[in-house]
Amino acid sequence: MSDKRLEIRWHGRGGQGAKTACMLLADAAFAAGKYVQGFPEYGPERMGAPITAYNRISDERCSVHSYIYNPDYVVVVDETLLSSVDVTHGLKEDGAVVINSAKPVSELRPYLHGYEGEVYTIDARKISEECLGAYFPNTPMLAAVVEVSKVLDPDRFVQDMEASFQHKFATKPQVIEGNMRCLEESMKEVRAQ
Amino acid sequence: MSRRDRLSGNEAVAYAMRQINPDVFAAFPITPSTEIPQYFAQYVADGQVDTEFVTVESEHSSMSTCIGAEAAGVRAVTATSSCGLAYMYEMLYVAASARLPITLACVNRALTGPININNDHSDSMGARDAGWIQIYSENNQEAYDNYLQAMRIAETPDVRLPIMICQDGFITSHAVENIELEDDQAVKAFVGEYEPENYLLKHENPLAVGPYDTSPYYMEHKVQQAQAMKNAKTAILDVAADFARTFGRTYGFFEEYRMEDAEAAIVLIGSTAGTAKTCVDQMRAAGHKVGLIKLRVFRPFPAEELAAALSHVKAAAVMDKSEGFSGCGGPVFADTRSACYDLKERPRLINIVYGLGGRDCAVEDLERVYQYLLRIARTGEEGPVYLHMGQRSLDKEVL
Repeated sequence: MSDKRLEIRWHGRGGQGAKTACMLLADAAFAAGKYVQGFPEYGPERMGAPITAYNRISDERCSVHSYIYNPDYVVVVDETLLSSVDVTHGLKEDGAVVINSAKPVSELRPYLHGYEGEVYTIDARKISEECLGAYFPNTPMLAAVVEVSKVLDPDRFVQDMEASFQHKFATKPQVIEGNMRCLEESMKEVRAQ
Repeated sequence: MSRRDRLSGNEAVAYAMRQINPDVFAAFPITPSTEIPQYFAQYVADGQVDTEFVTVESEHSSMSTCIGAEAAGVRAVTATSSCGLAYMYEMLYVAASARLPITLACVNRALTGPININNDHSDSMGARDAGWIQIYSENNQEAYDNYLQAMRIAETPDVRLPIMICQDGFITSHAVENIELEDDQAVKAFVGEYEPENYLLKHENPLAVGPYDTSPYYMEHKVQQAQAMKNAKTAILDVAADFARTFGRTYGFFEEYRMEDAEAAIVLIGSTAGTAKTCVDQMRAAGHKVGLIKLRVFRPFPAEELAAALSHVKAAAVMDKSEGFSGCGGPVFADTRSACYDLKERPRLINIVYGLGGRDCAVEDLERVYQYLLRIARTGEEGPVYLHMGQRSLDKEVL
């Protein structure tokens, strides 16, 4: 990646792990030697409420502490948000939006308020249920945005995430392998069509 | 040797507390400071500290616990936010007047009415007259560094006042950013041991703490307290100088950012300073002479130093992240304008209340302020002195 600052905005619902994914991306970028910011925007705290989280990743410390209004990438962890939240608001046209959906992009575009940049989809439910036996969309969405944005070297990212999972899941190592498979499957399957 | 890591502001403060290993932590949770006792409880459970971790039933009790512990001669700490700080108010004054150097991590959040969990400074600004030293942080690094300096300032013999180390709720407390952490032994050596001259059960000189004070003496004690707050200025600079020698990061009463030939300046507190620095860089690149003063120490208020720093500026905006309801400007404005009164040539000063209840402040918002100030500097026309930022209104007192 060049020395420019990359900004990512996450849209999810409380309880789905969008904030956790945002923090994991900050961890992985830190491990790769970057300056990072990972922070959530809280509204009323309740399960299912729309939440937003943000990442700034750069080669120099970023002193800005506002929300992100013109992101390079947007990640939509829950596609039901598309009808109520203008997820591509301010998104750069040369960036991309990555949506957790089994639908083709042609069915999602009508919800994107005329956004003309690239739209990627990933069926995080399918991957998560296959690899983890339950629906945790955050790991596949994290992998998808790394693959699409190339904000981090994908091979290095996979290695760093394994170390991070070993730390995070020290008390339940049985979930590490499934999470690693989630990452790898998602990086293979994310597509723009 | 310092170590690179990435931590949230809350983690950074809990990490500093672990390194210091205080004798007593009085814990009661409230968003967004809850994580501090939560992380610290893990250190207690893991045996990394031998702190007496007292889980109390309210903030009034957590401050009371700190007062009891500190009066007995040990180091006591707590953390809180918003209504939690408000619920301590009665005991904040007791701590200060009993000259107990308690350390409180304040994670700034709006006060209730209407209910809101997000950042502004109304909680600690409401406590500004309680007699506590108040130091504010721009980011996680400063929250950590300020915390490491807190006890030495507070425990200085001619100060002996409680101290609040403030950081912005969520914006700093819940944001993970890079940080330089210092070695445990180096921190312990820097902070040192607490050896109070007198304490409750010192058998050669047993002491009563907090008794009734009659009129013939009360005012003398209040004047001593006021003198202690003045003395804190020297302690703050001395500790900062030793911190810079030991760890290489420099602190003062405030940070001047590109103020050397500034015609327009903003004065503010906390995380928005980082955003303002980026704005200053952008405007300087476009040829505008603008600068920033980030106030680190609010109590004691560095009046003479701040006035001197503003003396060459044509127009300045003091930005308050709390309303204050004086009807004529927020608390940082009141003190700054008072400080500037004695200058021979005063800058034109306006007040902008912003960021209440978590209202975001972006680079573009600050650029609007600088453009407004540059117009005042150019035309001399001040317009309204007391404004609110970003309201849904076309009123002329809205910026």
